[in-house]
Amino acid sequence: MNLVLAIFIPLIVAIVVPFLYKSFKHIHTGWFVLAVPLTLFLFYTSFIQRVANGETFSDTLHWVESLQLSFISYIDGLSLLFSLLITGIGTLVVLYSIFYLDRTKEQLHNFYVYLLMFMSAMLGVVQSDHVITLYLFWELTSISSFLLIAYWFHKDASRFGALKSMMITVFGGLLMLGGFVLLSIMGDTYSIRELIAQAPVLFEHDYFTWALILVLFGAFTKSAQGPFYIWLPDAMEAPTPVSAYLHSATMVKAGIYLVARFTPIFAASELWIWLVTATGLLTLVWCSFFALKQTDLKGILAFSTVSQLGLIMSLLGAGAMAYHVEGAAETVFKYAAFAAIFHLINHATFKGSLFMIVGIIDHETGTRDIKKLGGLMSLMPLSFTVAMIGSLSMAGVPFFNGFLSKEMFLTAMLSITEFGFFHFDTWGVLFPIIAWVASVFTFAYSLYFVAHTFLGKHQPDQLPKKAHEAPIGMLVSPIILAVLVVTIFFIPNIVATYFIKPAVIAIQPFLYSTTADIDVHISAWHGFNTELLMTLGIFVVGFVVFMTLTKWQHHYNKMPNGLNFLYDGMMTLSDQGMNRLSNMYMGKSNQTYLLYMLGSFVVLVLGTLFTQGGFAFSTTHTAPVRFYDIVIIAVLVVGTLITIFTKSRLTSIIGLGVVGYTVALFFVIFNAPDLALTQLVIETISVALFLLCFYHLPKNSRKENRMRFQVNRFIISLAVGATVTIVAIAAQSQKLMPSISEYYKETVYSLAGGGNIVNVILVDYRGFDTLFEIAVLGIAGIGIYGLIKLRLDAKGKEKKHAENK
Amino acid sequence: MEIVMAFVIGFLFMAATYLMLSRSLLRIIIGTGLLSHGVHLLVLTMGGLGGEAPPVLADGVEASQFADPLPQALILTAIVIAFGVTAFILVVAYRAYQSLETDNTTHMKGSDSDE
Repeated sequence: MNLVLAIFIPLIVAIVVPFLYKSFKHIHTGWFVLAVPLTLFLFYTSFIQRVANGETFSDTLHWVESLQLSFISYIDGLSLLFSLLITGIGTLVVLYSIFYLDRTKEQLHNFYVYLLMFMSAMLGVVQSDHVITLYLFWELTSISSFLLIAYWFHKDASRFGALKSMMITVFGGLLMLGGFVLLSIMGDTYSIRELIAQAPVLFEHDYFTWALILVLFGAFTKSAQGPFYIWLPDAMEAPTPVSAYLHSATMVKAGIYLVARFTPIFAASELWIWLVTATGLLTLVWCSFFALKQTDLKGILAFSTVSQLGLIMSLLGAGAMAYHVEGAAETVFKYAAFAAIFHLINHATFKGSLFMIVGIIDHETGTRDIKKLGGLMSLMPLSFTVAMIGSLSMAGVPFFNGFLSKEMFLTAMLSITEFGFFHFDTWGVLFPIIAWVASVFTFAYSLYFVAHTFLGKHQPDQLPKKAHEAPIGMLVSPIILAVLVVTIFFIPNIVATYFIKPAVIAIQPFLYSTTADIDVHISAWHGFNTELLMTLGIFVVGFVVFMTLTKWQHHYNKMPNGLNFLYDGMMTLSDQGMNRLSNMYMGKSNQTYLLYMLGSFVVLVLGTLFTQGGFAFSTTHTAPVRFYDIVIIAVLVVGTLITIFTKSRLTSIIGLGVVGYTVALFFVIFNAPDLALTQLVIETISVALFLLCFYHLPKNSRKENRMRFQVNRFIISLAVGATVTIVAIAAQSQKLMPSISEYYKETVYSLAGGGNIVNVILVDYRGFDTLFEIAVLGIAGIGIYGLIKLRLDAKGKEKKHAENK
Repeated sequence: MEIVMAFVIGFLFMAATYLMLSRSLLRIIIGTGLLSHGVHLLVLTMGGLGGEAPPVLADGVEASQFADPLPQALILTAIVIAFGVTAFILVVAYRAYQSLETDNTTHMKGSDSDE
C-alpha cells in the first residue's frame, strides 16, 4: 500500500461517515469508524521489525511539480513511533467514544468526520518529509482541533476555548511557516532529509537564527509550552475522548515531534539548546505548581499534560547538547533524547487512560468538580485501579513506567551541570533543582487527583447522578492503557529496541549510525546514587505537600492569573483599539474624507516633484501676454470671487455662469472656435439646470448664509491651487518633445478630406473617443429619466402615485 | 502667458476645492463646475497658447500658424462628458432635496437601520 495513500485513508473514509450515520440509525457510527485506525495501526505495526533494523521507507505523491510541491511520506523510527501512537490511541479513543457518546443525543457524524480529519492531519504531520505539506497538515490539525473543541457549540465556554486555541496555534503555525520558508531558501530544498544533510552549511547562513526562532514558535504554541500553554486548559471543554486523544496523546506532541525532527539541523546552536531546555523546564515547574490549584479534574490533567510536555521538551534540549560534547560526557547526553522518547511513550499511555477515567467519572456521577467527588473507590473499583496505576506512573513511583523515565530525566538534568559550554557550567546548577521541585509538585498533584476523587467521604447528595461503575465497553480502552503502563515497566528494553532506539537515531544522527551503537540500557534498579536519593526526597516532600495542601491551597487565589489576563487584555485591546482607531478617522462627513484625499494629493505630488528635482521655471516657449488676456483674466477672477463669497446661492450660480462665459472668451482669443461654441451652449444649459435645482431647494434650508470660513479648508484649497500651479509651470518649462499635431495639420486634407482639423480629429482620427462620449451622454440621459420617473418604495416596489408633484 | 495662465488655473482649482469642502450640496456642485473649467483651461494652456490662427484650413495660413488642434479635440470631449455628469449630479441633487428635505450634507447620514 502506498504510504501517502495511508495518510489520506481517514480523510477519505470521513466522506462516507455522514451517509453511514444517516442510513444506519440503529448502529453507533463509531463502530464503522473503528476499523480505520485499527487497520492503519496493524498496517504500521508491520514496519516495526524492519525499522528497528535501520530501514527507512518513503513514498511520493506529486502535487504541483513545477513548484516542487509533493506529498512525501517518510517512515523512520521517529515517524513510525508517532504513527503508531496516533493510530493505536486513536483506536482506543474511538472505541471509548462509542460508549461515551450517546447515539441518540449526539451529532455523531460531525464528531467522527472531525476526528478522522484530525487523524489524517496528524499522520501527515509526522510523516511529511516536505516542509510545505508538513505545514499544510499542521494547520489541518489546528482546524480539526478547533472543530472538535467546539463540538458542543451551544456552550459559550466551548466556543471561547476553541477560538483561543485556534488563535494561539495558528499564530504559531504561521510563524513556523516563515521559518520553513527561510529554511528552504537557505538549503534550496523543501525536503527535511536534504536539509538535515546540509545542516553545517545552514548553520553558517544569516537566516539561521531567524528560522530557528520561528520554527520554535510553531513548536511551543502547538505543544503548549512557555507562555503559550494557556489555550490547553480552556480546550478541556471538548468531549473527553477528544481531550484524551488530542490534548494528551497526539496533537500537543506535534510540537515535540517538530523539535525532535529539527534537532539535527538546529542542535549546533546555543540558542536552540537554551530555549528548548529552559522553556521546557520552566513550563514543567510552573504548570505542575498550578495543577494543584485546579478543582476540575480535567483542569488538573490539562496542567499536568503541559508540565509533562515541558519535561519531554527539556530532555530534547539536553539531547541536543550531545552535538557539542565528545568522549565521556557524551554518554550522559545520549540519555536525554532516549529519555525524552521513552517518557513520550509513557505519557501517552498513562495520560490517555487518566483522561478516559475522568470521562467515566463525569459520565457516571455528572460532575468533574473535585470538591463534590470523593469515596468512589468502593463504587467504581475498576476505574479506581486504572486511575491509581495512571497516577502513580505519573508521579514516578516504582513498578510503573513513569518511574523509569523520571529516573532518566533526573540523570539527564544532573548531567547538565557537567556541560562545559554556553554558560551551563554556572547556570546549569539550577536545572536539577528546578526539575526536582517540579517532580515534588507532580507527585503531590498525582496524589491529590486520586485521593480527592476515590478516597475520603462519599457525598451522594452533592452528585447529580447516582454513582456506579461504568459499562465494561467504556473501561476497555483505559484498562488496555493501564496494562501497557505496567508492562512497559517490566520490559523497557524491548520497547527500547523496537521503538526508542530507531527514534533516537532520527533525533541524533550525528551520534549514531545504527541502532546497535546506542548502548543505553534501562534498569529499574541502578544502585545507590544521587538520583535514588532525589527520588526518595520527592516521595517524602511530595507527601508532605499533599498532606498540608488544605492549609495553603487558598494562597493560590492571591496569585495573579497573569497570562490569561494578558491574553484577554490583548484580545479586548485589539478589538476596541481597532474600533477606536477606525472611529477616529472614519464615519465622518464627506468633507473630512475630501480633506484626507486632497491633503495626500498635495503631499504626494509636491513631495515627488521636489525630491525628484522636477521643478523648473523657464519662459522660453511661452506666448506673449496681451491686453485682452489681462481683461478676461480680471473678469474670470471677479466671477470666481463672487461665486465663493456671495451670500446668496443664486448669485453664486450667476458667478459660475460668468466664469463659464469667460472661459468661452478664452477659447475665442486662443483660437479655438469649436470649443467656444460648445462652451457657450453648454454653459447656458448648465446654468439653467443649476437654477432649476436652486428653485427646488427645500424651504427649510432656503436660509441664505455666507459660506463659513474655516482655516483648514482654506489652507488645503490654497495648497491644492499652489500644487496645480507649480506642476503646470514645471510641465510648461520642460517640454521634451514636439507635438504630434504636425501630422494632423499636414494630412487633414490629403488623408481625411476635411478642413476643420478639430472636427476631423473628433470623428476621423480619434472617432472612438467620440463614440463613447456619445454613450456617456446617452447613459446620463437615461439615468436622469430613470431618476425622475422611477419611484420605488423602501421594499423596491414601484409606487403607483408619486407623492411629489 | 502660460505662466500667468498657470496662476489663473491654480486660482480656479483653489476656489473649486474651497467650494467642494462646503456643506451645501449646491455649492459642492458649483465647485465641480469650477474644477472642470480649470481642467479645460489647463489642457489648453499645456498644449501651448502660441497659435496665431484657428486650426481650420484657410487660404494664406501656414500650417505652423495653427493653434494645436489636439488639445482642443480633447477638451471638446471633456466638456461634453463633464456636462453629462454635471446634469446627472444636478438631477440627483434635485431628487435628494425631494426625498431628504435638506441640502446639507452633514444631515445626509444613513444609519444601520436604513439598509
